[in-house]
Amino acid sequence: MKTISELQTIASQVRRDIVRQVWLSKSGHPGGSLGCADFLTALYFRQMNHNPRFSMSGKSEDLFFLSNGHISPVFYSVLARSGYFPVDELATFRKLNSRLQGHPATHEHLPGVRVASGSLGQGLSVALGAAYGKKLQKDPGIVYVLTGDGELQEGQIWEAALAAAHHKLDNVIVAVDWNGQQIDGPTNKVMSLGDLPAKWLSFGWDVYNMEGNNMSHVVACLDIVKKAVGNGKPKVILMKTEMGYGVDFMMGSHKWHGVAPNDEQCKIALNQLEETLGDFKI
Amino acid sequence: MSWDKFTSLEKKATRNGFGDGLLDAARRNPNIVALCADLAGSLKMDLFEKEFPSRFIQCGISEANMIGMAAGLATVGMVPYTGTFANFSTGRVFDQIRQSVAYSNKNVKICASHAGLTLGEDGATHQILEDLGLMKMLPGMTVINPADYAQTRAAAAAIAEYDGPVYLRFGRPDWPVFLQDQKFEIGKAITLKEGKDVSIFATGHLVWNALEAVRELEKEGIDCELINIHTIKPLDEKAILQSVRKTGKVVSAEEHQRNGGLGDSIAQLLVQHHPCRQEYVAVNDSFGESGTPLQLMEKYGLGVKDVVAAVKKVLR
Repeated sequence: MKTISELQTIASQVRRDIVRQVWLSKSGHPGGSLGCADFLTALYFRQMNHNPRFSMSGKSEDLFFLSNGHISPVFYSVLARSGYFPVDELATFRKLNSRLQGHPATHEHLPGVRVASGSLGQGLSVALGAAYGKKLQKDPGIVYVLTGDGELQEGQIWEAALAAAHHKLDNVIVAVDWNGQQIDGPTNKVMSLGDLPAKWLSFGWDVYNMEGNNMSHVVACLDIVKKAVGNGKPKVILMKTEMGYGVDFMMGSHKWHGVAPNDEQCKIALNQLEETLGDFKI
Repeated sequence: MSWDKFTSLEKKATRNGFGDGLLDAARRNPNIVALCADLAGSLKMDLFEKEFPSRFIQCGISEANMIGMAAGLATVGMVPYTGTFANFSTGRVFDQIRQSVAYSNKNVKICASHAGLTLGEDGATHQILEDLGLMKMLPGMTVINPADYAQTRAAAAAIAEYDGPVYLRFGRPDWPVFLQDQKFEIGKAITLKEGKDVSIFATGHLVWNALEAVRELEKEGIDCELINIHTIKPLDEKAILQSVRKTGKVVSAEEHQRNGGLGDSIAQLLVQHHPCRQEYVAVNDSFGESGTPLQLMEKYGLGVKDVVAAVKKVLR
């Protein structure tokens, strides 16, 4: 099992991968990707029981669904770094004939992706279906799903929130990337989410708070939540992150939600992120 | 000709065919699960619920979540059938079907009842006439619209054996049952009567109306060929072209908008391979309204007399 320090080492490389993918394709979403790098690193390198020799049905494995598909750069990096496909394939991100579509897709058969996402609000429902299926199959695997916080403005999320509690899907763990930012500005200005913990509690969920950019806390929180699997209630982790975390000029606002750095900005960004596992080749 | 055997001894709704076919399939395949958005009785899914309670998933009035859950169930190897009215099975959840089911190529069976005008008194809010068009435009989606109880029952079971997304459309009213003992093969048209003067391609409830029209026209010496297109997509191009090369005249008949329905699929095929005259029996760019199924069919041009008129017009 990876230590905190080893996970931090990996997360640094994942952040470099994010910046370089987006810079290379001159498009994509670096902000949310950087903010979720610690969580996804902990999930794939420590928390989840998963097999990089990918099978779609993932029998006896833990599954992960990315609902906020636009943060595909972090998803692709973590999948490649954990062995689902060659790391150098990250250089094809968003390019013609690539398996690494702008938003994750199964259509090109990229190992590790189980459903297309991008149109927001759908991944939680898909995760619930997978969790329901695992229960029917008496499969002990846990189903994880990541959503954005702006994504919670989609009505389907709350349909799913009702259904998960109603069906007692206690093998589902949702993380909400609570960075408080979305494309048009701070979430509180665009469409307030109100008292988020109270909302999930009132829907019948167990609610946890996580400092999403503190690896020790990410790991400790995931360990605690995992212990509660099987208690009859779905679980949501409200994960406080900073959009753009790790690159100083990308932090503190919504401006780097979906903007690619130019050559100079990329250079500055990479100077702040240690190359620990070797960059993918261009 | 032996086509006279297609007579009706009884009336039964196609939705009953779905309920029975789902049960037939579920008894054979333990991976089948059924999801329903608060309409189990209307879709006759209560039979399944009673026999397989642990495999029945009540989703409440949350169609978007139901489609997503079905995609997730398919991901882990189950064979989910979703059930609600056709309106809520398609238009309401088009984006969910597009991304989570069709683009993701999930083995989800979207089963849609109360399609078209024959839903009747509930009126236009519920009478979707655009669903075939919406579904057939999605890459990889198979679209099926059976004609009677027996064909719907057979289709509901057959789609379990096919691996991929399917839209299965059926209806509310009691309707003549005339297609017993027909083999159901996805994408394979069924010739109900051979003829030389005109090719009638009909789907869903309109197959019976077309059959009645063919009987009337025969009395007037018009020899119609009647082909049941139960699968709108993939279209049985071979059967259609073979028939049209013989007759040179086409009538299409469906309980759907002219725009985007079966008739358009046929016209698209013929304009490339065998251009010829075609008349549409379909709703012409209009919403429906409240009324009985038969009243509505008559008012919106889907009755037996409308098929007769279309044949005569195309032969002029």
